[in-house]
Amino acid sequence: MEQLIEWLSQPWPWNVAGPLITLTMLLLLFVGKSFGVSDTLRTTCAIGGASRVSDFFDFDWRKQTWNIVFVLGAVLGGFIASTWLQQPEPIPLAQDTVLKLQELGINNAGEDYLPVEIFSWESLLTLRGFVVLVLGGFLVGFGARYAGGCTSGHAISGLSNLQLPSLIAVIGFFIGGLVMTYFLLPVILTL
Amino acid sequence: MKYLTYLSIGTLFGIIMTKSQAISWYRIYEMFRFDSFHMYGIIGSAVTLGVISVYLIKKFKLRTSAGDPIAFTPKNKSIPRYLYGGIIFGLGWALTGACPGPMYTLIGGGFSVILVVLFSAILGTLAYGMLRKRLPH
Repeated sequence: MEQLIEWLSQPWPWNVAGPLITLTMLLLLFVGKSFGVSDTLRTTCAIGGASRVSDFFDFDWRKQTWNIVFVLGAVLGGFIASTWLQQPEPIPLAQDTVLKLQELGINNAGEDYLPVEIFSWESLLTLRGFVVLVLGGFLVGFGARYAGGCTSGHAISGLSNLQLPSLIAVIGFFIGGLVMTYFLLPVILTL
Repeated sequence: MKYLTYLSIGTLFGIIMTKSQAISWYRIYEMFRFDSFHMYGIIGSAVTLGVISVYLIKKFKLRTSAGDPIAFTPKNKSIPRYLYGGIIFGLGWALTGACPGPMYTLIGGGFSVILVVLFSAILGTLAYGMLRKRLPH
């Protein structure tokens, strides 16, 4: 048992993680559901009574309860993995990434999952932290619903079903991601 | 019982996301800089196997555990909504380093400040719902 936990605690390589994500999608398909995490944001709005402000939220959210339970599982999985399956070493990032981040004032890249300089409650009160956490989250929620899905719904489920709209969305994800990474992040990180 | 199934699949997903480091802001930054193959390997292998699996499900008309046909709903044809929505999502993804799945997982991993990101994402969804009719789709 101890050996098993030690083995599971190593960082999982891409050729293990990728197929397991496919497995996640397949398990949901075989219980009659489709893999799409950002739907839960819309469901949360609906549960909160947002149908009063837009008919976009006027649907039977009880049919989406399964997805809320699914993401509660994702919370639990995050807890289990970081409590009992935590790797001792930093994330093996590319050297170029680590050096570039040092230039932008982010030190110790890979020591934790997130840069503590930005992802903390104290940072929320700084301009940089506010932009990353609040504006960033807003763009994710707005964009995911505008595009009709996020990474799971479009990049995984949609592309697996050879949907052209999903390919267009994924191309959009990359246009936005590259503009942010190369042009906007260098400014935002040094605010 | 059914809910226990969804909870278990979600738990598996959260563990995969954490152990593959796909929840890491650094890994997303690294991906958009093309410095490492890691994230491309994860998404690429997941999609490749996904395409093969969906093809086989359709070819052999496989059914769900309850015996119903497995249904795939085709997405509505359009360009603007997917492109514009995708670009906005991509800007946010590269900024927060987290798409919705990892947000939930990070909260479970003890990064409580991600609750702010999740709350903002819910507000973003609400804003989309209110502006939807005025946006090109």
